[in-house]
Amino acid sequence: MALIGVVAELGRETRVAATPTTVKQLLGLGYEVVVEKGAGESASFRDEAYAEAGAVIVGADEAWGSEVVLRVNPPTEDEIARLAEGATLIGSLSPGLRPELVEALAARPITALALDAVPRISRAQSMDVLSSMANIAGYRAVIEAAHEFGRFFTGQVTAAGKVPPAKVLVAGAGVAGLAAIGAASSLGAIVRATDPRPEVADQVKSIGGTYLKVEVEVAEEMRSSDGYAKATSEAYNARAAEIYSEQAADVDIIITTALIPGRPAPKLLTAEDVAAMKSGSVIVDMAAGQGGNVEGSVAGERVVTDNGVVILGYTDLPARLPAQASQLYGTNMVNLLKLLTPDKDGQLRIDFDDVVQRSVTVVREGEKTWPPPPVQVSAAPAATTQAPAAGSTAPKKKEGLSPAGKVGLFAAGIAVLFGINAVAPAPLPQHFTVLMLSIVVGFYVIGKVHHALHTPLMSVTNAISGIIVVGALLQVTSENIVMQVLAAVAVLLASINIFGGFAVTRRMLAMFSAGKARS
Amino acid sequence: MTDTVSGPLTADSIAGAAYIVAALLFILSLAGLSKHEKARAGVVYGITGMVIALAATIWLTLQDAWGTGHALTGLGLLVAAVLVGGAIGLWRARVVEMTGMPELIALLHSFVGLAAVLVGWNGHLEAPALSSDLMAIHHAEVFIGVFIGAVTFTGSIVAFLKLSARMKSAPLMLPGKNAINLGALAAFIALTVWYVNDSQLWLLIVVTLLALGLGWHLVASIGGGDMPVVVSMLNSYSGWAAAAAGFLLNNDLLIITGALVGSSGAYLSYIMCKAMNRSFISVIAGGFGIAAPASKGDTDHGEHREITAEATAEMLTNASSVVITPGYGMAVAQAQYPVAELAHQLRERGVNVRFGIHPVAGRLPGHMNVLLAEAKVPYDIVLEMDEINDDLGDTSVVLVIGANDTVNPAAAEDPGSPIAGMPVLKVWEAENVIVFKRSMAAGYAGVQNPLFYRDNSQMLFGDAKQRVEDILRAF
Repeated sequence: MALIGVVAELGRETRVAATPTTVKQLLGLGYEVVVEKGAGESASFRDEAYAEAGAVIVGADEAWGSEVVLRVNPPTEDEIARLAEGATLIGSLSPGLRPELVEALAARPITALALDAVPRISRAQSMDVLSSMANIAGYRAVIEAAHEFGRFFTGQVTAAGKVPPAKVLVAGAGVAGLAAIGAASSLGAIVRATDPRPEVADQVKSIGGTYLKVEVEVAEEMRSSDGYAKATSEAYNARAAEIYSEQAADVDIIITTALIPGRPAPKLLTAEDVAAMKSGSVIVDMAAGQGGNVEGSVAGERVVTDNGVVILGYTDLPARLPAQASQLYGTNMVNLLKLLTPDKDGQLRIDFDDVVQRSVTVVREGEKTWPPPPVQVSAAPAATTQAPAAGSTAPKKKEGLSPAGKVGLFAAGIAVLFGINAVAPAPLPQHFTVLMLSIVVGFYVIGKVHHALHTPLMSVTNAISGIIVVGALLQVTSENIVMQVLAAVAVLLASINIFGGFAVTRRMLAMFSAGKARS
Repeated sequence: MTDTVSGPLTADSIAGAAYIVAALLFILSLAGLSKHEKARAGVVYGITGMVIALAATIWLTLQDAWGTGHALTGLGLLVAAVLVGGAIGLWRARVVEMTGMPELIALLHSFVGLAAVLVGWNGHLEAPALSSDLMAIHHAEVFIGVFIGAVTFTGSIVAFLKLSARMKSAPLMLPGKNAINLGALAAFIALTVWYVNDSQLWLLIVVTLLALGLGWHLVASIGGGDMPVVVSMLNSYSGWAAAAAGFLLNNDLLIITGALVGSSGAYLSYIMCKAMNRSFISVIAGGFGIAAPASKGDTDHGEHREITAEATAEMLTNASSVVITPGYGMAVAQAQYPVAELAHQLRERGVNVRFGIHPVAGRLPGHMNVLLAEAKVPYDIVLEMDEINDDLGDTSVVLVIGANDTVNPAAAEDPGSPIAGMPVLKVWEAENVIVFKRSMAAGYAGVQNPLFYRDNSQMLFGDAKQRVEDILRAF
């Protein structure tokens, strides 16, 4: 049974890696839990609450000495040194952006798991801390903007005059963008959204936004194979820049969320765009930490431009809702530990065959395992498989008849029918008339048969086709004894059909019952 | 047999009138099947029509031959044959398992085929005195009737053997199978011309053997998974055989009935073909299933995940809507009763349970509907593919019970797949998919199913019936 230590964060971080609620869940997985004194203070979780949930409150050294250490932010050099030999550290390590941290971790005989490195597959959604934090950040971005904005979000008609609704532009409809769209539209604003991936249009619409499509001549679809947005082409960027300039002059609030993993954030709004905005407008640059989407934004700072536009570059948006953020973060953490503790016996096991566990593992027992092999998680079909080698493996196309061929075939059929009836002697044309009309009647009647009654249809037609007995009956009184026997055999066979077919149809139909009839 | 339009109230005219009434009743019988409520009345129409037709025919026959010695033997044979045949038919209809329906229907088709052959042979033996023109037509009719009948006969026998697993269901792959089929057809035309000019008995024997062989080969080269199309195609053939006999005997009732059955079967096969995205012509010719699987499932699909019956039960109780998509596997495992019980219990708990039926699920058109009806599943929650496909996205849990190719996302997403373009139930759009399956083997089309490796699907291995019963116990 391993010991989990929840350690306190440093500096301005207000979140904590486990809440009293998630501590209970951790205990349920068979672990023992210790919490550093005061770890949850800034997220409004008091030590007593943790103790009530079943955790033991300890000092910093003891918490850092646990076998499994849970953290929100990456550890410092000193903190890495405090980890016990063979310990496992789990937290948001952003290993892709901080190679020096990975090296420092790998220098110790420990295991480090990055909660922010889970692949974007449906199964791992429950541990995707980037998504859960982005959701909070998107909401908070709208609240921050509303706080700075000197007007209502919603439109009103009052005795003191008409209030126009605020216009909000959200750049990037990822998790954060969608959360922002939802929050802004529920405050009553007119919300527009841009995103290079056309498939998000429906998602934007579903939470109350309007999707602004970037029309590019060369039809280029931004399908991403790993669930994140990718860099865009030049033609696309040119057209998108125009849209941002147009929108900047029109809207009151802009929230930018555009991030490309492992690369600096794309510049979406130029200084001119910002200058074109109305005084009192607000921009929230959620990508400020990665270089910013807006020219003039400063990470972590509030900037006011010469024309009175407020640019917020806060990088701690999730931490501004500490209790909620800690709860979601803690739940992500529990879900990862559930995966790592398949037997719920408090023994942490890492299975490298599982793509999620492989992906989060940055360092395993002092050995660097970053970066993991790429995971294909596309919801859209992979583009490569759609380009079959010419001629070799290309699936054979069903060669249907050309329209001309169909007409030709039809005409030929009519001609043959005409020919036969024109030359055939007396009874034949009559028979053909009957045959033709019956076929037409047959098709119309059968076309109306209920889908579910196809089997009874087959058995009833089976019975009816026993009508061939009529032919045999007419022959059974022949003078030729061979004929009589053959006809009798035919009668026997056809009788099986008639009786069997009708009887089995009745049996089947008796079984079909409507909802209320169930006994 | 003279034409049925002579003077008033002769035996012939009465029989002719009776035939018209019977034909109308048959049409009404099929029309009755358009709705569940009217279906039983439809069967009554059919039986009435049959009784009228038979009574009229028997009376007509006996009147013609009354007083002659062979009439008595004929009558004796007739009564004996009807009694024996009727008894066998009723007995089979009573004891047949609903899961064994496809076999029974295939077997019944073969009887019609054989009867048509016998009637045709009699047509040869009893050559009526006719002018040479009419004689030629008579000969052609005998030949065509025997040919269609014999193809239906052996074809249905093979279908029966395959469906009842007495014969390997894998398609027979003779080299040049198309050439064999076309050659047989060409030989048939040549023999017809010969026979019309010189009606020798041995020609008739040759064509019978040829047709028997062709029927065998046609169906033997079609895989077991395509049986819904084959059975309805044979249904159609049996109708045409009856129609051909009608031409031969100058009997309009046979022509009308044959045409009804023939077009019914053809229409059903057309629906089945559309449901499997196959060309109708190639099915009628028996030439489909040729295309060797283009892209073998070599690609790594990743790992599938398993789930227990208990976890499934928990998921189902928490679900707001459940869709069950059964396939042939449910019929094989005889799981329709526990499945119906499962649906019933979930409905009592307020879960919205519906069934989604793919047109070619099972081995017979409408096979799944009959099985579910047998287990007393109300028919108003049993929906067809087009009715339910749009709702699958909002469904909490989909249970795939013994279906494979009909829920394969490759059909919709992988243009290189052998089943590409086939309309399928889009179960993968649901929140969770649980697949009941005996093993990870591929379906009848021999295509690997990427559904099993999706993140939202989980496998419940084992016999479908036992697994469903386990779930019921876990409730």
